[in-house]
Amino acid sequence: MLKGVDLDASPGEVVHVAGPNGTGKTTLLRVLAGLLPAEGGEVYWRGRSIRRDRDEYNAELAYLGHENALKGDLTAFENLHYGVGVRRDLSGTEIESTLDHLGILRCRDLPARVLSAGQRRRLAMSRILLLGATLWILDEPFTNLDVAGVGLFSTLIGDHAAAGGMALLAAHQGLDIPGIQPRLAELD
Amino acid sequence: MQTTGLLKAGGLLYSRDLRLAFRRWEQVTQPVVFFLMVTTLFPLALSPEQAQLRQVAAGVVWVAALLSALLALEFMFRSDYEDGTLEQLVLSGQPLWWLALVKAFAHWTVSGLPLVVTSPLVAASLAVPTGAMMTVVASLLLGTGILSFLGAVGAGLTLGVRRGSVLLSLLVLPLTMPALIFGARAVDMAIMGDEPAGPLYLLGALFILSLTLGPFATSAALKVSME
Repeated sequence: MLKGVDLDASPGEVVHVAGPNGTGKTTLLRVLAGLLPAEGGEVYWRGRSIRRDRDEYNAELAYLGHENALKGDLTAFENLHYGVGVRRDLSGTEIESTLDHLGILRCRDLPARVLSAGQRRRLAMSRILLLGATLWILDEPFTNLDVAGVGLFSTLIGDHAAAGGMALLAAHQGLDIPGIQPRLAELD
Repeated sequence: MQTTGLLKAGGLLYSRDLRLAFRRWEQVTQPVVFFLMVTTLFPLALSPEQAQLRQVAAGVVWVAALLSALLALEFMFRSDYEDGTLEQLVLSGQPLWWLALVKAFAHWTVSGLPLVVTSPLVAASLAVPTGAMMTVVASLLLGTGILSFLGAVGAGLTLGVRRGSVLLSLLVLPLTMPALIFGARAVDMAIMGDEPAGPLYLLGALFILSLTLGPFATSAALKVSME
């Protein structure tokens, strides 16, 4: 599906993967996250193939796919407690302050299935924040968000890059990220 | 930042799965209700004659338990696969074989353990003598364990298949035949008043085999299904 794609990112950089529907944005991001093996070619992280150092790479990666990866029967708090907890130790106050930051603290004890689509996206983004990873791979992060939400996510991505992190994201719309000019990678 | 240790991550995943299971009661109770129903039907259909029931008891208990446990097998990874949490688990940096083992164990707690616990009741209704109860429980403890750890491989492989339950049964049932043969034999011997240690040991060996090899095969199966 994808051919002749060459992409790199360095700390503090945001790469915007763009292109019409069906050009393989999701496929590219899944290959980069190591979820899909590339038929040919390699993905390198810190100069080493991610196939060789899977666990090290995973520890530094936060991936947000089309699906929010939330359990409908668990509350917002529980979703983060378990979802992030399997990766790193975290405290309840940490979770609450992140929920507050994303503007969904009042949904703390509601099961994820009763949240609106936008609130679920915010909850999924809370997980990305809490994981504390260096590399963010976000597939259409702005889906279902209101204007304030798009602004908030853009700020978060900008802050992450400013702190030396990097982000790869697929999005249809143009990006307006405070403080950073995203590098455009166009697929066709 | 402190990464989560293997045991703690396992504990979290285990408690998550149990919590999810108990918020979906109907799914938890389905296998055990099926088990009780099938085994109650036999005395009605055959005859209430104790001697006759005793003859078929071992087979009935084991076949019913196997089929009930199989019912729940499909749901081991299904919902995690559909909502994307399985992807997150794969990317969690924890070894996938460990997560697969924990999930299979959680699944056994919810679907296998209730069968083991209710089996004395079922055995009594089929006129199994009290002396053989321990063998019924022990054999089913091992047998449901085998089905969960072995079945996890099949459940992982059939994830990508729509309505994969028939395929899953076709894959897993033949593999559980040895367990059925030894398990039913052990119970039968106990009912006859013989020493059932032989088939129980073999069942134990099968359990160890599926516990140690199953998670690795499951992790490979999950990777194949997610591509």
